Amino acid sequence: MSPEPIMPSIEILGLEKTYQVGFWRKRPKQALRPLHLQVEDGEIFGFLGPNGAGKTTTLKLLMGLIFPTSGSARILGREWTDPAVKAQIGFLPEQPYFYDYLTAHELLEYYAQLSGVPGKLRRQRIEQVLHQVGLRDVQGVQLRKFSKGMLQRVGIGQAILHDPKLVFFDEPMSGLDPMGRREVRDLMEQLKQEGKTVFFSTHILSDAEALCDRVAIIHKGEVLRVGAVDDLTSSVRGKVEVIWQGSQIPASIKALGAECHVTADMVRAILDEKHQDAVIDALRRERLRLVSVTPVRTSLETYFVEKLRHAETTAGSIAGGA
Amino acid sequence: MKTSIPHIASNTFREAVRDRVLYNLIAFALLLSGAAILVGQISIEIEKLVVINLGLTAVSLFGVVIAIFIGIGLVSKEIEKRTLYTVLSRPVRRWEFIVGKFFGLAGTLTVNTFFMAIGVFAALFYVSHRFVRADALIFVALYFIILEFLIVCSLALLFSSFSSPLLSAVFAFSLFVIGSFSEDLRNFASMAHGVSRWLATGAACLVPNFSAFNVIASIAHEQPVAVQLILQNTLYALFYAAMALSGAVLIFEHRDLK
Repeated sequence: MSPEPIMPSIEILGLEKTYQVGFWRKRPKQALRPLHLQVEDGEIFGFLGPNGAGKTTTLKLLMGLIFPTSGSARILGREWTDPAVKAQIGFLPEQPYFYDYLTAHELLEYYAQLSGVPGKLRRQRIEQVLHQVGLRDVQGVQLRKFSKGMLQRVGIGQAILHDPKLVFFDEPMSGLDPMGRREVRDLMEQLKQEGKTVFFSTHILSDAEALCDRVAIIHKGEVLRVGAVDDLTSSVRGKVEVIWQGSQIPASIKALGAECHVTADMVRAILDEKHQDAVIDALRRERLRLVSVTPVRTSLETYFVEKLRHAETTAGSIAGGA
Repeated sequence: MKTSIPHIASNTFREAVRDRVLYNLIAFALLLSGAAILVGQISIEIEKLVVINLGLTAVSLFGVVIAIFIGIGLVSKEIEKRTLYTVLSRPVRRWEFIVGKFFGLAGTLTVNTFFMAIGVFAALFYVSHRFVRADALIFVALYFIILEFLIVCSLALLFSSFSSPLLSAVFAFSLFVIGSFSEDLRNFASMAHGVSRWLATGAACLVPNFSAFNVIASIAHEQPVAVQLILQNTLYALFYAAMALSGAVLIFEHRDLK
């Protein structure tokens, strides 16, 4: 008997959103072009794009907060509009705002009730989450006295409160200090280890690079690329970076066409992989101390910026041609 | 799937209490005790009449003001502040949210009316030093006032589901004022001819008939209220509130939360 195929956590099937803008003469504004995307079970998926790219629109569509112009989606194998799906997902909106007359504990209690967490489990679960997001000591304080970072923690807490299988975070690092960002990253990794799927939107690319299994890059409502972070960041193939101690650059290395940078007592050279052995030999001959040899990879940020520039140029030339 | 209505209703009630809405009771108590002392000094025969009239009218007006001012923000404020996002991304249906909000506000007004009623009876006791059987009629007037609140709450929610708080307040207040004079509108319709007659009849049917709920004057004169009117008003208020709420749900079900 063949094993049962693993169902994707999210399947977006051509979701599209067009708003009608203007007061008297309405004109269409496409916020999201038909989007096709699949997020696998148990992965951390980053949804990357500049401000206004369509990240929040996508999340709002998936949460049923706005309605698509066309298309559909399946979440955890069910229609995304099915209320039963919502009991199994958690959502942190961008810059969340909560009922500020409630304390952190009361707010979580309310959300636990709405999520259908059984009464017996509720208290224990709230305590656990308050501890997890570092708000145990201020659980009795009204939210109107909370800082932005503390509200973000409450937001993360309410998203994971009912132990969902799939969590959506919209800009989860926003408003957090470096410690807070680190804690959120740890929390996301913990969620992954627990077998949960995490879908998060961000424009902080270092976070995405450190956390995500796969990412999608979205720009002006259109997905430009979807892929594993490793695939996107290793696109500069065949180049190596060689670092050695000292400030001397042997002539034989210069002759290989190496791009050299001298900093303090180190030299950093970037050259073709095929010359790697020749460089090492040259360093031995000159009795220079080799520090490291590593393949050159583009950072996700470099890839992202290049992709966006390319998209802008293409759009510009099409518009110019028209 | 369990319903979220009780949780949303109790949170709406808690919001009203924490936002110090019930502080209006202090103003009400001051108004009523001041009136009772003043009336006790200047009149002999009509003090009871004045206290009942003033007390019940104040209960009605205070309640309507609260119903409109809280009701108009119930949906729009949640959209504006985006508190709704974390509610509707849970297994909460949109109609449950509207109905929960309605019951929360209706509950707040009922509790408010209960405390005000205690004030009215206390003032009455202060001026007449005893209660008589006819004073029980005040309960009927209070019941009608609560029915009136149900209609106002549902209308405020209806307007809140599609327009800004300011416009919602204007619409709700206008309807309350027109509804309070709906008997005159009906009389006008019966006397008018042609298009005016049709328009006036249509308007008289659409606006809530608040005149039918105002029995304060007759109760102050110890005139009994017909059982038929109690039944009729109950059914009318429930039907009207249900219609307005259905309208609110219908609009809200299709609204994008930008």
